[in-house]
Amino acid sequence: MSEQINKQPGQSMHGIGAVFARLRRSPLAMLGLAAVIALVLIAVFADYIAPYGYAAQDLMSAFEPPSANHWFGTDEFGRDLFSRIIYGSRISLQVGFIAVGIAVFAGGFLGAVSGYYGGRLDNLIMRGMDILLSIPSILLAIAIAASLGPGLFNLMIAVGISSTPNYARIVRGSVLSIRNQEFVEAAKAVGSSDLRIILKHIIPNCMAPIIVQSTLGVAIAILTAAGLSFIGLGIQPPVPEWGAMLSGGREYIRDYAYMTIFPGLAIMISILALNFLGDGLRDALDPKLKQ
Amino acid sequence: MEDRKLILDIQDLSIQYRVEGGTVHAVENLNLALGYGENLGFVGETGAGKTTTALGIMRLVPDPPGRITSGRILFEGADLLRKTEDEMRSIRGGKIAMIFQDPMTSLNPVMTVDKQIAEMVLLHNDVTERQALDRAVEMLELVGIRSERARDYPHQFSGGMKQRVVIAIALACNPILLIADEPTTALDVTIQAQVLELMRELRRKINTSLVMITHDLGIVAEMCDKVAIMYAGRVVEYATTEALYNRPVHPYTEGLFNSIPDIDRDEEELKVIQGLMPDPTNLPSGCPFHPRCPYAVESCSREAPGMVEIEPGHLVACPVRTEHRLNSVGWKGGAGR
Repeated sequence: MSEQINKQPGQSMHGIGAVFARLRRSPLAMLGLAAVIALVLIAVFADYIAPYGYAAQDLMSAFEPPSANHWFGTDEFGRDLFSRIIYGSRISLQVGFIAVGIAVFAGGFLGAVSGYYGGRLDNLIMRGMDILLSIPSILLAIAIAASLGPGLFNLMIAVGISSTPNYARIVRGSVLSIRNQEFVEAAKAVGSSDLRIILKHIIPNCMAPIIVQSTLGVAIAILTAAGLSFIGLGIQPPVPEWGAMLSGGREYIRDYAYMTIFPGLAIMISILALNFLGDGLRDALDPKLKQ
Repeated sequence: MEDRKLILDIQDLSIQYRVEGGTVHAVENLNLALGYGENLGFVGETGAGKTTTALGIMRLVPDPPGRITSGRILFEGADLLRKTEDEMRSIRGGKIAMIFQDPMTSLNPVMTVDKQIAEMVLLHNDVTERQALDRAVEMLELVGIRSERARDYPHQFSGGMKQRVVIAIALACNPILLIADEPTTALDVTIQAQVLELMRELRRKINTSLVMITHDLGIVAEMCDKVAIMYAGRVVEYATTEALYNRPVHPYTEGLFNSIPDIDRDEEELKVIQGLMPDPTNLPSGCPFHPRCPYAVESCSREAPGMVEIEPGHLVACPVRTEHRLNSVGWKGGAGR
């Protein structure tokens, strides 16, 4: 009897190793992962990679097209665009990840509490989120950034708060769909506390939408940050920020298109890479898709 | 009444659900007793209140909308309804364990099975994670799952094996009371037999008391010493399995047995109990079974019957039938009324 029951061969892949093994099967996800890792390395080692300082002006060589000296050309002050894009990866990644981090934690907490306990608390939290959602997120971010004042840290808070409601809603929805499943009741029946049930049983079961939303969210956060920088509420010059560089190059787009092309490419590549990685992770993290 | 030591003694338990359009009387004045090491079969139709009673014992009735409105649940002599939430948490799983109906959904899909068993062990014992995992593997082997499969996810198991895992979780802390809520309903008949066999074997080893919720009288005959028949939130007949199967008294019990086709006879039609379970928000007055009862007399719609002991350990909530029976059999125990 027991041989028959045990006939399925056990699979040896578990945990992070297994997720990575499955991730490796998707070429796009690996491409995304490689690009994200490269971006992070570039950001970390910007000092060693960039040939010039990000604020080093050389008015004699302003508006130079891409060349061996200046791979991506120079801007109106003769600053090396390649170096600025390299340094800009620091700002963009920081803003993107930290803002989304703030949003995921705040939104995740509010959403989980709201979905799990329900009732009046749920109503209170979600109506608050609805109020935030009813304001266009870019306007909300502008309002928050304007009231906090410009600066990198305030920018992250502004972008984070403005996307918190999205995460709260997503997490609440997932929690609601999982809360009434029998295994949650079973967890209660073995004596687990609410906190333990939320952290160990419910949250791990709603990771997939959070991950997907977070990767998209990093992209959106980078764009929102760029938008805020564009109107002067975000990063202040001369700190290089891709979005700010993009809007700076906008004035010269007819004659010196490379000034917008390269920061634009940098944004596009990062966002694309994050999306590839996120989609791959979603597939890899979902045990139902394991083969 | 014999003074055996009771592990579970439910007295006048009432549980209600408040919903739009009224109050559902899921359990009404339920009385039930279970001795150490005994097996109780808890039989009734869907909606009779069996699962609600089980959840009530665990104090897991979803609130809102559910509420335990009255009664006492004495477990080892102490009233569970007076315990704090913290005390209940250590009782759940530690002393009273529960097996859920559907093994497909009662395991966390993103956790390996050994971790799910270990969680139970960690919650109730002062052990390291390593020891808990070792215990998990031990439990898996006990229920007939090889240790190589310990680190698999639930979806990699078949239904019968998942139920084995659920049983392993329930028994991991050697509970003294096990509540099995239709443990085999979701399984094939052959797998049912295996799981029941396994439960019987393990019960011998671990020596727990068992409350087996089911609507399958066959399973009860195989597994249980005592049977409680439930109808519309009340226990209508409570007896030893032997007495109940040989001498059913309550008309509802009789109806249940009549509706099982006889394997040796050609039967054109199944005998059924006329009518349907009453709407639980609007139970009939008096005995809830009287609108469907072939023996009903006028007083049935007025007075709710109490439980009467017609022979030692055999309690029935039907004055009409008990009187009839006492007259014909001439047993002169408790005067029936």
